[in-house]
Amino acid sequence: MKNDLVLRVIAKLLIPFILLFALYVQFHGDFGPGGGFQAGVIAAAAVVLHALIFGLAATRRIVPEPLVETMLAAGVLIYAGVGIAGLLLGGNFLDYFVLSGDPVYGQQRGIFWVEVGVAVTVSGVMLKIFYMFAARGRDEAAEDA
Amino acid sequence: MLLATMVATVLILARSRNLFAVVVLGGIYSFLMATVLVALDAVDVAMTEAAVGAGVSTVLLLGALHLCKAEEAKPAQRPWLPLAVAAGTGAVLVYGTLGLPAFSDPQSPIRTHVEPRYLNAVLEETGVPNVVTAVLASYRGYDTLGETTVVFTAGAGVIALLRRRKKRDAADADQDRSAR
Repeated sequence: MKNDLVLRVIAKLLIPFILLFALYVQFHGDFGPGGGFQAGVIAAAAVVLHALIFGLAATRRIVPEPLVETMLAAGVLIYAGVGIAGLLLGGNFLDYFVLSGDPVYGQQRGIFWVEVGVAVTVSGVMLKIFYMFAARGRDEAAEDA
Repeated sequence: MLLATMVATVLILARSRNLFAVVVLGGIYSFLMATVLVALDAVDVAMTEAAVGAGVSTVLLLGALHLCKAEEAKPAQRPWLPLAVAAGTGAVLVYGTLGLPAFSDPQSPIRTHVEPRYLNAVLEETGVPNVVTAVLASYRGYDTLGETTVVFTAGAGVIALLRRRKKRDAADADQDRSAR
């Protein structure tokens, strides 16, 4: 599919909007439907689309494997970090009320960072699994040749 | 109408021996399921179903299909026993649903227990209008931390599984070379 002009142009048009939609779902998750998990998957889907159209090698240059592997663990650490921040500020684990002077604002802040953590881990895992499956066929084909 | 389309999809899915068609039909099924969830006003779940079920997992299955044959092998014998077990389990599950409260019954336990508490308290306690997000991230923060850890573990598991074999192959090749 690498040389299909229509697909390439359409993909280039679509991918920014998919990423924008992912960000919207992420940051608007408090108000509309969506949240970290959905946003993470949509963002990963945008990268997967890029890999389908432009080839895995090109995508690996843009979203390198070490970054994806870091995202895998970083999301969980962000999430747990919010809990530990609550502990340090004198609350319970994952207690958001202490994150800010105003308890309601503290809740919003806690939910925001927790959702960021979820999104980072989810899109990292989706991408990593896709990379591994896609690369597997490629590598073995290369070995056979 | 939607449910009829879903049933038709599943029937074709079960009959089909072409795995490519099966993967595409699976994507279609997920998309129909997402539509059903939108109709049930569960937009959050519908988004997940559309993105994961119809999107990413279809791509992953296509990637897996690339590694194997596109035609399902003929079964060795007629699968009557598995069919009977599956039908029996389904019948028991349907029998179980008869004991559930009627759909959207306002007197059912879920409507009278924690749900009013969440719906009434969520705005003043968290200031987040989307109750689903508030419940997931705030009231049930521990659960969601656990879920995130599960997702992380799944990713780590896939890495462990798919990487080990590659390394062993390399090690085997090294051994072959040293043996020669």
